[in-house]
Amino acid sequence: MATSERNEQVSQAQLLAEAAEAAPSRQASLWGDAWRRLIRNRLAVIGMVIVVMLVLLAVFAPLLAPYGEGEVIHESLVLAKPSWYFPMGVDQNGRDVFSRMLYGARVSLLVGVVAQLIVLAIALPVGSVAGYFGGRVDNYLMRAVDVVYAIPQLLLVLLIVNLRGPGIANIFLAIGLTGWVTMARLIRGQMLMIREQEYVKASRVAGAGPLYIIVRHMLPNSMTPIIVALTFGIPVAIFIEAALSFVGVGIRPPQASWGQMVGIGQQYIRSVQHLMLFPSLAIALTMLAFTFLGDGLRDALDVRLND
Amino acid sequence: MLSFVIRRVLWFIPTILMVSIVTFLLIHATPGSPFQPEGANNLRPEDIERIEKQYGLDKPLPVQYANYIWKAMQGDFGESYQRRSQQVGDIISRTFPTSFHLGVMALTFAAVGGVILGVLAAVNQNGPMDYFSVTLAVLFYSVPNFVLAILLILAFVFWIPGWTGLDFFNLGGWESPRDWILPTIALGAGPLAIIARYTRSSMIDVIRSDYVRTARAKGLAERKVIVKHVLKNALIPVVTLLGPLLAALATGSFFVEQVFAIPGMGKFFIESMRAKDQPMILAVVLLYGVFLAIMNLLVDLAYGAIDPRIRLN
Repeated sequence: MATSERNEQVSQAQLLAEAAEAAPSRQASLWGDAWRRLIRNRLAVIGMVIVVMLVLLAVFAPLLAPYGEGEVIHESLVLAKPSWYFPMGVDQNGRDVFSRMLYGARVSLLVGVVAQLIVLAIALPVGSVAGYFGGRVDNYLMRAVDVVYAIPQLLLVLLIVNLRGPGIANIFLAIGLTGWVTMARLIRGQMLMIREQEYVKASRVAGAGPLYIIVRHMLPNSMTPIIVALTFGIPVAIFIEAALSFVGVGIRPPQASWGQMVGIGQQYIRSVQHLMLFPSLAIALTMLAFTFLGDGLRDALDVRLND
Repeated sequence: MLSFVIRRVLWFIPTILMVSIVTFLLIHATPGSPFQPEGANNLRPEDIERIEKQYGLDKPLPVQYANYIWKAMQGDFGESYQRRSQQVGDIISRTFPTSFHLGVMALTFAAVGGVILGVLAAVNQNGPMDYFSVTLAVLFYSVPNFVLAILLILAFVFWIPGWTGLDFFNLGGWESPRDWILPTIALGAGPLAIIARYTRSSMIDVIRSDYVRTARAKGLAERKVIVKHVLKNALIPVVTLLGPLLAALATGSFFVEQVFAIPGMGKFFIESMRAKDQPMILAVVLLYGVFLAIMNLLVDLAYGAIDPRIRLN
């Protein structure tokens, strides 16, 4: 009897071994799992595809655009409706709307990304120092944060642009300088949590300095909420730039910006609607795509979900 | 409760002070003065000095600040650079009620619509109504308000009349109630989405809690459970949203007013920015800042009154 039981066990083990060999080996890693979860989310995939297309269009704009950004084609073509030669029509100065849309994509993406980089550059040191050291340092830093937080971001941005004048560099400076607050609070919160973990304490006991601990241990472990916050911050930056250009204090012609095109198009609304339509749709679509992507990333990177 | 109120009010005063100082400094660092630099004002240096003295621009900054605040509290915000004969205070008192009117309507629209949408979604979780609300919310949330405003105009003023001849809406202005509909929707759509989202998740949390289970176990009718227990408790965290939402409404109104040609404070503010009309800009930003700080204070106090856990903390 013992032998037959043993035979059963052996054959069971054999079956398991064969099954394990047949199945592809999957290493469970954070990024791998997250990616798989992300792919399953249809809206997030749509968002990602749109974002990638946008990036490609923006990067290759000079190659794809049939005409120059400020190139006036011919006066007689002013305000022409969309046609085969000019897929999105011609604007009030005789420029090709399609080309300007491509260059406008560049502006929007550039503003979104650079502004977020500035936000990160400010929020990382402020948040980590406040979160790691705690106590009085934390208090003072948070008071400074509250001062910036008291005024709505858009108003502050308007004030700064009022001060420094138009131009794309001033715009992403303004957006970056005013939008770092939520990110800083987020990082600080993460630091406060991670500070109590064993490996941090062990590191400290072993004699590691604060900078080393923050950079090597704490930041890598707080990356996921930071990534999500960055992704959500991009459409906010795009919106602010579009709004500024819409009212005329942002990017000025002949440079192209979607918001600016909407603003100018609005003046001609009685006669032609195509001027306003395309940039409006572009702005809406871009912000939608980043929002879907951000939602998807947040759900995918949430470590607490175990499927 | 009293100590909570006192603490909160005391915190409010330095905030307002900081807001006013920051704004004042930012405006005064800006080039641009009573005599527009872009124009050709060939004034002799002595004349420039004289004008500076007249406007008090030669005194040290802290003194200028103190003077400004003192006069502002009495309602005197100086003369507009752009419209030479008008006082900034007059312009503001004419345009602010319009903006306030629009803001209140948009807020009501957002609150009522958002709560209804959120409740319906939570009660039918994962059902068709839920997906519909969530998708609608994401759409409203992602599309910027002035883009939505433009799409609304395109749809309701051009396309639909073009197809059906239903010429109901005008292009803009603030004359009759008919003009109120589209701007309210445009301005309130974003906040509606945020409120709907928050309400939905808050309600889902509450529905799962123990006391709701108890109510159901007791045999209460579902509707009574929802209204009497769930709704009241779920709406509490939504109140905290009101502060940031008001800020979003205030700044959003600039652009919606521009698109619909509504003669409100936002539209004048934008024009002032383009004309570099510093006194106007300073006054508007200060007013918005103070107004929002007061609203945040009221919201915090209300939240403390509703939720005992906050004020006893």
